Amino acid sequence: MSSSADFRICPDTGFKIHLPADKLIKWNAVTAVVFLLIGGLFGIGVAMTRWPAVHLLPADMFYMALTAHGFDVLLVWCIFFEIAILYFASSILLGCRLATPKLAWLGYWLMLIGAVITNIAVLRGDSSVMFTSYVPMMAAPDFYLGIILFAVGALVGCFVFFGTLVIAKREKTYEGSVPLVTFGATVAAIIAVFTIATGAVILIPTMLWSMGAIAHIDTVMYKVVWWAMGHSSQQINVAAHIAVWYALAAILFGAKPLSEKVSRTAFLLYILFLQLASAHHLLVEPGLSSEYKVFNTSYALYLAVLGSMIHGLTVPGAVEAAQRKKGYTKGMFEWLRKAPWGNPAFSGFALSIVLFGFLGGISGVMMGTEQLNIIIHNTIYVPGHFHATVVTGTTLAFMALAYWLVPVLWQKELVLPGLAKWQPYLFGIGMGLAATFMMGAGTLGVPRRHWDINFADAAIGYDFSGAAHLMMGLNGVAALMGGIGGAIFILNMVGTILWGKPKTKAAEAEPAPVAPVGGAATVSSYGNAGTLAVPGTFTLAMVFLVAFILYFFVNWKYLAGVWPIS
Amino acid sequence: MSIFPPAQRIWWKEPIERSEILWVTIALVWCLVLFFMMPYWHLYGDQNLANEAYKIKPEVFAERTEAMAEKYTVREEGDTGIPVVHPPAGSDIYMLARLWEWWPVLELEKNQSYRLHLSSLDWQHGFSLLPENINIQVHPDYEMVITITPNKSGEFTVVCNEFCGIGHHTMTGKIHVVDK
Repeated sequence: MSSSADFRICPDTGFKIHLPADKLIKWNAVTAVVFLLIGGLFGIGVAMTRWPAVHLLPADMFYMALTAHGFDVLLVWCIFFEIAILYFASSILLGCRLATPKLAWLGYWLMLIGAVITNIAVLRGDSSVMFTSYVPMMAAPDFYLGIILFAVGALVGCFVFFGTLVIAKREKTYEGSVPLVTFGATVAAIIAVFTIATGAVILIPTMLWSMGAIAHIDTVMYKVVWWAMGHSSQQINVAAHIAVWYALAAILFGAKPLSEKVSRTAFLLYILFLQLASAHHLLVEPGLSSEYKVFNTSYALYLAVLGSMIHGLTVPGAVEAAQRKKGYTKGMFEWLRKAPWGNPAFSGFALSIVLFGFLGGISGVMMGTEQLNIIIHNTIYVPGHFHATVVTGTTLAFMALAYWLVPVLWQKELVLPGLAKWQPYLFGIGMGLAATFMMGAGTLGVPRRHWDINFADAAIGYDFSGAAHLMMGLNGVAALMGGIGGAIFILNMVGTILWGKPKTKAAEAEPAPVAPVGGAATVSSYGNAGTLAVPGTFTLAMVFLVAFILYFFVNWKYLAGVWPIS
Repeated sequence: MSIFPPAQRIWWKEPIERSEILWVTIALVWCLVLFFMMPYWHLYGDQNLANEAYKIKPEVFAERTEAMAEKYTVREEGDTGIPVVHPPAGSDIYMLARLWEWWPVLELEKNQSYRLHLSSLDWQHGFSLLPENINIQVHPDYEMVITITPNKSGEFTVVCNEFCGIGHHTMTGKIHVVDK
């Protein structure tokens, strides 16, 4: 049992912080940022090579950098940061000691060692098989081994999180239900367990095959199982960054969810309807029926899309309600105009919601539609989509949280507050543009994972249009802009941790109110007390819906224009 | 606040605000539309994959492709002398993927339908027909059959859009569509 000596009280927030949890959160977050830097640098190399006029790297280096980029940012950066979020959402938010800190450290080291092993395998040059490692293209056994170790470490982290929830419940460190943010983190952790189990099912045999112990792996079966890991792993990101959105709305505005019931149900939809979503990646593969594809991408109703559309209203809606309560009630949008746009935690949060919804969400549903997939499969539209979701959605939300969390946990002032103000705009808009240009080039047929769209030394060439070349060039420019934004973030975080001045005064934000105890509330006093009408958010949601409808049907029109296929 | 336990302990009995209910309803209807577009297009649209596929050994697929080429080659093209095959309208036609080419070049007639067989002899490849932007994944050991009806004449290029090693960018092929 831990004693009170193992805790400190956060001077900014009043949270009771368990010291071992504090240390683990810091180390996981810092490691995440280091891998963001490494993966980001590989990403710049990739974008500079795909800029036809620059064409930076030779082919072998390009495919190596692309493999490392995918692994380091899509997996390592996101999952390390998510482990930090899990510990934050359990131990700190529930005021509870972290379960088995020693096991949590074991998980940390497994993840780190795994990430290093896979990076070495890739940089050695014999495992440039891309992040997806489709068979029968074979990587060295340690490429798979590193990913497996990383995944086992992450699994340990998930169980430490679950254990902490159990302890908090048993030791009654909170009353009633867990906070919405913790609930969202729980959803992320449950999806993570499923994801990692699936990963083991496919990566262990693939490693054995690479070692020569298994003769053959079916290529379609590989993809079906691999994507049950690959697609679900992105749902961990979504659930985690939406939990972060709710956390930031609460931290920045004291916002309450419009309705606990609606927001929690929307999270539950993720668990129930995203799990087997690998079919999105198999829409133009041989050997699978249309019934299978249509049902498994949509479950007949797109209930996971519904979940995201609900959060798209309830997160900004919670902010609007909180702002209106403070008196920003003029017109439709005073609450938004008077928001703290100079605070990177807010601007990152706001851009993350808008870019994730408009760019990532709409494009994702479009390309996940069985027939529409024919006109985008494996074009650079696909990376365009997931840069919108994972970079401008997840990564930007995590950055926004870090602007609040790092000064609070380390009790230090940001070293470059002036640059920090601009950082979310540089990074968000830069990467948002990069995603848009990739999607644009993809609609013109530019392939993804391709070293040279000028087809140097190919027997038969193809001339992409000027527009395609222009967009790949603009993608390079936008990626540089995003890269500068990313560099400023990393500089700010590392600088603050290493050389930041200790905080002298408490944060300007009012101290977080003490959690009200719900036990005394009678049923007659309910009535969404904190909720006001949210006309501004509703209007924005309708704008989103119109954009969604137009874009969806425009793509059916494109499809109708190509050769009849049956 | 979302970072604290719900203020109302019995939160699941709280009524839901009107605009939230309205949005959930609208979104639900839209999600149904999203779903129904897929079966609708199967019934009334012209671009659907037939899902006809067979397990096949690479050497068998290569034999069939070569048999077609032997029978219907009309000329050779380019520096590499790749055969240009003009199969009869309505017939079964083959294009094989291997490191790093699409073989052979096909010459098709406009507005005629063909049963196109696709398979790979080695790794996975991506059949990407440009500038139409029709994209099909090609696997080894699987033969996918789709019926295509080129409705525009001209020269179409097939590029590979699934990463297949260092020569990936040189993997190209061609389909000519001629007026009858």
